[in-house]
Amino acid sequence: MRRRTFLGIGAGALLAAARPGVAADAPAPAAISPELLAAARKEAKVVWYTSVDLQVGERIARAFEAKYPGVPVQVERSGAERIFQRLAQERGSNIRVADIVNSSDAAHFIIWKRDGWLAPYVPEDVARHYAAEHKDPDGMFATWRASLSVIGYNTRLVKPEDAPKGFADLLDPRWTGRIVKAHPGYSGTILTATFQTARDLGWQYFEQLAKQRVMQVQSATDPPKKIAIGERPVMADGAEYTLLLLKEAGSPVEVVYPVEGTPFVAGPSGIFVDAPHPNAARLFQSYLFSAEAQQALVDVGGLRSLHPLTKEKAGRRPIREIRLMKEDAKAVEEQVEAIKQQYTRYFRT
Amino acid sequence: MIAVDAAAASMRLRRRVDPSWPIFIGLAVFLCLLIGMPLGWLLFYAFTDRTGAPSLANFAQLLTDPTMVDPFVTTMTIATAVGVGCCLVAAPMGWLVARTDMPARRFVRTLVTASFVTPPFLGAIAWEILAAPNSGMINQWYRWLTAADPYEHLVDIYTLPGVIFVIGCYTFPYVFVLVANALDRIPGDLEDASAILGARNAHTARRITIPLVMPAILAGSLVAFLQSMTLFGTPAILAMPAGFHTLTTKLWTFFQYPPKPGLAAAAALPLLLITVTLLRAQSWILGRRGYTVVGAKNSDPRRIRLGPLKVPALALCLLVLCCPVFLPYAALVKAALVRTVSDALTLETVTLHNFRFVFLDFSATRLAMRNTFLLCVLAATIGTVLALVVGYLAARRTMRGSRFLGFLATAPIAIPGIVLGVGLFLAYTQPPLVLYGTLWILLMAYLTIELPGAYQQLQAAFHSIHPELEEASRILGATRLQALAHITAPLLRSGVVASWCFIFIGTMRELSAAILLFTANTKVLSVVIYDLNESGDLGAISVIGLTMLLITFGVVALANRMPGATASRG
Repeated sequence: MRRRTFLGIGAGALLAAARPGVAADAPAPAAISPELLAAARKEAKVVWYTSVDLQVGERIARAFEAKYPGVPVQVERSGAERIFQRLAQERGSNIRVADIVNSSDAAHFIIWKRDGWLAPYVPEDVARHYAAEHKDPDGMFATWRASLSVIGYNTRLVKPEDAPKGFADLLDPRWTGRIVKAHPGYSGTILTATFQTARDLGWQYFEQLAKQRVMQVQSATDPPKKIAIGERPVMADGAEYTLLLLKEAGSPVEVVYPVEGTPFVAGPSGIFVDAPHPNAARLFQSYLFSAEAQQALVDVGGLRSLHPLTKEKAGRRPIREIRLMKEDAKAVEEQVEAIKQQYTRYFRT
Repeated sequence: MIAVDAAAASMRLRRRVDPSWPIFIGLAVFLCLLIGMPLGWLLFYAFTDRTGAPSLANFAQLLTDPTMVDPFVTTMTIATAVGVGCCLVAAPMGWLVARTDMPARRFVRTLVTASFVTPPFLGAIAWEILAAPNSGMINQWYRWLTAADPYEHLVDIYTLPGVIFVIGCYTFPYVFVLVANALDRIPGDLEDASAILGARNAHTARRITIPLVMPAILAGSLVAFLQSMTLFGTPAILAMPAGFHTLTTKLWTFFQYPPKPGLAAAAALPLLLITVTLLRAQSWILGRRGYTVVGAKNSDPRRIRLGPLKVPALALCLLVLCCPVFLPYAALVKAALVRTVSDALTLETVTLHNFRFVFLDFSATRLAMRNTFLLCVLAATIGTVLALVVGYLAARRTMRGSRFLGFLATAPIAIPGIVLGVGLFLAYTQPPLVLYGTLWILLMAYLTIELPGAYQQLQAAFHSIHPELEEASRILGATRLQALAHITAPLLRSGVVASWCFIFIGTMRELSAAILLFTANTKVLSVVIYDLNESGDLGAISVIGLTMLLITFGVVALANRMPGATASRG
């Protein structure tokens, strides 16, 4: 009840009541059948709310359109927290635009599921290949992508031996006025990372970081871009995949996996119960979890896949060699407002 | 007597079934709803609690919130500095253009119009590319020229002076146009008289010219103050990275999850209140000084010979125009043509990557362009028709309430865009009329915001058609219809085209209200650009921004080519 739009009070409860019974188990896994394809083509559109980097998202969308012509994808990209707010606002006014959603704040899916906004649908790949901890037992969502929030630096401005090794190093006076970081009020990746970092290192880390006169940007995909153009030499947080893509395209940037541990951010995907294009949404969801799309996620997206058939790209550090912070979507869901408030207290924006 | 009057009135009423009455009533009701609905809901939300019971809790919370004080002080600092700064720059420039023999005067005027056409948020992003402390082009040149250390910089746009500067760049055209037009209209004979009586140029300026343009300067600085107080895009783009808020950006955070509409409404009211107060004060100050210098028999204004100062004067104007036009446009072109903004523009780095992305890959482009174009054309057309009808009824004063209509059409001038956005959002996201999620809510926002400007422009056009002119044509043998066709209509047509262009440009520039009212299918270009800025996609922004400018310039040029449309000074 806490996280609900002011205009739509009760709408979620109504929907939940309207849902037949309490889904105990996931539905049977669904393959891409000719009937599904035909129905999706008839709907001729799918609207995808996602917080993945815009260029990556559009690439996935174009690849899907190439494979299934006749079902164009409208990509609505924004920060995960912004998407959460917009969905609440739109549904509060009975506007149904979104078919399928991907958020880098896994806590959102707990809320949407509880409010009865999601439809059960399990693509074949999810049923067959995905580990239990990466999918909802009721089949409402599964983790489409995983990303890390990392530290990074510009190699033209910082020598590798001078680069920060972890969060504690960022508090050194030499980085005052030299750090860029993204905002947990906009980005789900950063909200998740802020929760994990504050849990493991204590809020005093952020209290001190705020005194470093950081440049405050919004999206987790922006700090990598800012250090790539040399606007700041170091980023305190931000999306690993954007940084990897920039590095592989020749930008002078390097990734640092903090010694204290790297925040791990799951980005699930789910279909709305009242999606205007339900069949196109299913087709797209099935595609998103296919080995092919998951491999593309890794290769052209720089992201981490949880599909066991994907191969990590050479030159990137395999995820099992990285010390990760523990994910806890439930705790994020419970503490989200406190996290944002605490953050605003220190960083003032 | 009364009975006779009433009888005469009813006779008149019966004699001609006056079609203007239904139009009049319809218009009045429409305008009342257009303005009343959002303002009514705004007040309701501000003065009630969540259950709808009357309460001052919102205001109490705002007043006791220590994080509200800084944004307020910042906003007032910005608005005052911009108001004063714009006058200091624009008034002398307006004088140079209108009253001296400076070369390339028309060119300078055109360029100021170009800076008016530039959306302020696009200018802000261009200035990020130019003057970010480390990656900014200006600072890169500075380090290269002076061999300074990395991190040393000449300018930093992410500061309070930076915000003031960028807002000023795109606000000074308002002051410039007002001052230059006022100077155009000051008849030369007054100054000639002063000169004949032995006064020198400086003396004439002090005693005649400056007092006569003072109202325009005052009005200009007021517009600049109000514009910068209520602007959302520029502070959101430049102040938030530096860790400070203005009232508008703070107000916007109340819409983030969980939304606090009551607080947003309450925080919007001071903006409304300040605007209304200042406008009242202005009309009170100016209302007591009438300057009736505009007539049909004026002599041309005298142009002061600058002599050897001609070239320095022009250089100064061009230098000023570097800030809103030359430098930002160059930055946008460069950013559009390279992969990462910091790349130098060479034959090797030049790429069409950003163009390909925007026009082939980016699925929002076509939808947003279609929405924006549709809304611009609709708002411009409907707004002009509305302003025309209201202007006609008000100018002719055929009916008792015609002045009231004029008041209604001017009233939205007191409603800042973001306040209107909050009001419209509250009004049309719930029954009886749910317009949120459609283009209608945006159309209403644009109409409301742009109506006062268009109405004032057309009203001026109506007033400029002095009866003398029509009378003269009739004395020379023309019938009333001929006079209307040959004198009134052509004179009005340029006014109509001007206000159509004015609304078109204004709609294209608008972000403050649109940012609260858009949904996935009703995105407009300004919102798309703002979105892209949040994820740092500067190349894509540059391509979309330049396209947007090209469309605007094209449409304005086309409109001015229409038969009968003479020069319209934005």
